[in-house]
Amino acid sequence: MNTNNNLYTIVYATLMVVATAAILAFVSMALKERQQKNIDMETQLSILSSVGLAADANGASDKIAYVQGEYDKYITDSYLVNYKGETVPGDAFTAALKSQYELIKQLDPKSGEDQTAIKDQIQIPVFECTLDSGEKVYIVACYGTGLWGPIWGYIGFKSDFNTIYGAMFAHKGETPGLGAEIATPKFGDQFKGKSIFDGDTFTSIAIVKGGADKDNPHEVDAVSGGTITSNALALAIQQWLGSYEGFFKLSAEKAKLQETAVQESAPVETNEVESAEN
Amino acid sequence: MDKNIFIKPLFTANPITVLVLGICSALAVTAKLQPACIMALSVTIVTGCSSFLVSLIRNTIPNRIRIIIQLVVVALFVILVDQILKAYVYEISKQLSVYVGLIITNCILMGRIEAFALGNKPIPSFIDGIANGMGYGIILIAIAFVRELLGFGTLFGHQIIPLSWYASNGGFYENNGLFSMAPMALILVGIVVWIQRSIQKDLQEK
Repeated sequence: MNTNNNLYTIVYATLMVVATAAILAFVSMALKERQQKNIDMETQLSILSSVGLAADANGASDKIAYVQGEYDKYITDSYLVNYKGETVPGDAFTAALKSQYELIKQLDPKSGEDQTAIKDQIQIPVFECTLDSGEKVYIVACYGTGLWGPIWGYIGFKSDFNTIYGAMFAHKGETPGLGAEIATPKFGDQFKGKSIFDGDTFTSIAIVKGGADKDNPHEVDAVSGGTITSNALALAIQQWLGSYEGFFKLSAEKAKLQETAVQESAPVETNEVESAEN
Repeated sequence: MDKNIFIKPLFTANPITVLVLGICSALAVTAKLQPACIMALSVTIVTGCSSFLVSLIRNTIPNRIRIIIQLVVVALFVILVDQILKAYVYEISKQLSVYVGLIITNCILMGRIEAFALGNKPIPSFIDGIANGMGYGIILIAIAFVRELLGFGTLFGHQIIPLSWYASNGGFYENNGLFSMAPMALILVGIVVWIQRSIQKDLQEK
């Protein structure tokens, strides 16, 4: 057979490509569900580990089922909030952090321009976690660009919406041993107990090279040798927590109102009890 | 069958140290042993399968588009491996990231298909592919062993160097950060080439 014939070549190439495409399409469809489960599991695990939960996920025989179970157990609510802090419709879990980052990075508090158009588009996720003790932790996300690729993280706040309960950070491809250290518990644990407001002013958390002041509630140590990653992370935290500022303030106010409401209603109840006794 | 087909690529004609193919990924994925092993396994499977398939259809391939056909075959197997890794060993597929996709451009594959599979029967081609993948894998694992041990103090993620030795715990030892970076991998490859050339005198240029 003459394999150098033009028609033969064209038919051969066409058949080859069609056959390959069919095989790949089939495999991709067959494995898609499992791949998506892995991706979801990773997000769930990140959220849980920011508050120190699901610590033995790596030892679990069925990691996906274990993480899903823990997630359903502890994450009691999740929603999207806008720049003002109001809840907006949408699924927090599937919220695309990257596209929100594209908006958030354009925000500049010092800029004199009117940025309401950008602010109106912001919809960022909040995950409410109820711990075994009954304490509620509010987990928010952050996302930025490190030295080589994206970096992101989840930060859990106590119900005063100021003190950090726990944090975890992750990266796609920071330098091993240097920038990649942001993903270690050793780095994330430094954030515990730090606070982001100084009175009413938003201060964020500074990541300080060469040793942070241990008594300063707004500073943590940078990773050694990972200056660009550290700076990028500090910027991401500042930008994102800044965008959550509305949510923090609104929620703190709500919590305060609720507290006073409870205090006011409390004596009424006791009166009723007393009158019943009388 | 000639057993040299299997033995030669492992040592005397090793793709990395003698043919100097596939260096890029050898530097990139050898920071830890586990990804290095998975990468070695993936490349071995892909070289074996694609050499086998190309050899099977070698008499039907139109000569003018043979490189493209080879590329399609290689790409097919690489994507299959990538999809399977993503579904079943997700953590590792994340560590390997783009390098699995880059197996397509790994010169070992195209090199062996052009040089061997196109002119030989399927079974010897398969063995040649597997052996070349393994030759690549041996070097990868050897380098990853040294890099993980000295760069992180661990092997397969298990702590080998006692934690009490570390300076941060009051000891005298410190991990060598350079071993976790790509330049050290290149130096290690160089050392392996040096050792091999001093044993195998016929490789030395006059």
